[in-house]
Amino acid sequence: MSNLKFSKEHEWIKLDGDIATIGITKHATEMLGDIVFVELPEKGSSLEKDSTAGVVESTKAASDVYIPVSGEVTENNQGIVDDPAKINADPEGAAWFFKVKIKNKSEIDGLMNKEEYEKFAKESNK
Amino acid sequence: MEIKKTPLFKLHTAYGAKFVEFAGYQMPIQYKNGVIQEHNITRTKSGIFDVSHMGQLFIKGKEELINDLEKILPTDLNKLSINQCKYSFLMKYNGGIYDDLIITKIEDGFMIILNAACKENDLKILSSVLENKYILNLREDLSLVAIQGPESKDILEKIIKGISNLKFMNGNKFNYKSTSLYITRSGYTGEDGFEISLPNNIAEEFVKKLIENGSALIGLGARDTLRLEAGLCLYGHDINEDTSPVEANLKWAISKQRLNSKFSGSNEIKKQLENGVDKLRVGIKPENRIIARESTKIFDKNNNEIGKVTSGTFGPSVKGPIAMGYVNNSHAKINNKVFLEVRGKKVPANICDLPFYKKNHVKGEANV
Repeated sequence: MSNLKFSKEHEWIKLDGDIATIGITKHATEMLGDIVFVELPEKGSSLEKDSTAGVVESTKAASDVYIPVSGEVTENNQGIVDDPAKINADPEGAAWFFKVKIKNKSEIDGLMNKEEYEKFAKESNK
Repeated sequence: MEIKKTPLFKLHTAYGAKFVEFAGYQMPIQYKNGVIQEHNITRTKSGIFDVSHMGQLFIKGKEELINDLEKILPTDLNKLSINQCKYSFLMKYNGGIYDDLIITKIEDGFMIILNAACKENDLKILSSVLENKYILNLREDLSLVAIQGPESKDILEKIIKGISNLKFMNGNKFNYKSTSLYITRSGYTGEDGFEISLPNNIAEEFVKKLIENGSALIGLGARDTLRLEAGLCLYGHDINEDTSPVEANLKWAISKQRLNSKFSGSNEIKKQLENGVDKLRVGIKPENRIIARESTKIFDKNNNEIGKVTSGTFGPSVKGPIAMGYVNNSHAKINNKVFLEVRGKKVPANICDLPFYKKNHVKGEANV
């Protein structure tokens, strides 16, 4: 999945035309531990880059999920709401969080590629 | 201050523990399995908990020690038979709780298990109350290991013969090879289990034996979900210096006989028992999946603030969010509907009976 881009808030984003699929990284799930609750943005809601788009909760704590690009939510993944454990099982695949129709493609350019993110995650783990 | 490590630190590391600082100790919050699996292992099989950070206080004495300890513990210590354990409190003069503890009568005095974060302060309080008449020995040379869950009895029996005969909330001396251990049948998970006090130098070897025989290391993360499902209080969160045992719904732990005598805070306790209390600790079950964490405000249906959550998590056995907290006495009825303010939204919840998860204790003098 080399076409993924990553944010400093540990979200991944995959662009397909002007639709971006967004989820949280494997590294994020490892930091959080077992995820037991997730709240996603409603379909149709318009979100600004870097604003809060949802919440994930592990047995230990709640963390906000941020949207790394501006856009309108076109779909959210009800499957992970019903069974949040799916997020730990396949965070960068089946357990995507939501899709947005992005406003400004150039916002993607500011994000990290896989290699950069892995380095960043390693550093922030120290 | 340097972070302390327990004698099992190396073993935790070898089993892939993630660590967290707790009460000045580097403690495992979870291992490779994660909180939910570790929780389920304890409920269905057997789990091992390193609780060596807790205080193991030994005080030698007889009649006079009983009278002196009763100045600050609301428990009828004369009624304790040798090797019997009781849940009790170090009482503050205002009726609040300095610490909750397990006191066990042993041959030459008492053994008291104290919370890690409180143990140094407890020692000061006790020294002052006991007027330096006794030697208070907070043992740094001993580790404390709990083994909890339905298979724990059979696993421990393989290593220590006769352990199955212990009754709940009773202890005794046992031998492991040539070393003497003190074991009680007790715990903090709502499951049958044991707490083993043993010399630091054999702690690792002993725990390895438990693992070889089918038990598994469990971190503090699962310890918290297990105790909350069992409705048990965590000191510093659900009880503290400003909550009394009556408000905390723990009045069962105050011996009836002791209400006729004096102990620290007894006037306040008697008043509360006669006149009732303003706030009461209750179980709270959110209606949907949202978790209400500690400090979440609780409202009634008319939007009046009526209390606060003191512990809240996801209960893996309950398969949903659970919490406890204090609400105004008039709202403390089972099935009373309340609202929890989580991230700006008011989510519906119901006051409920504790525990959330029915315990599996072995018959005996069950009173926890």
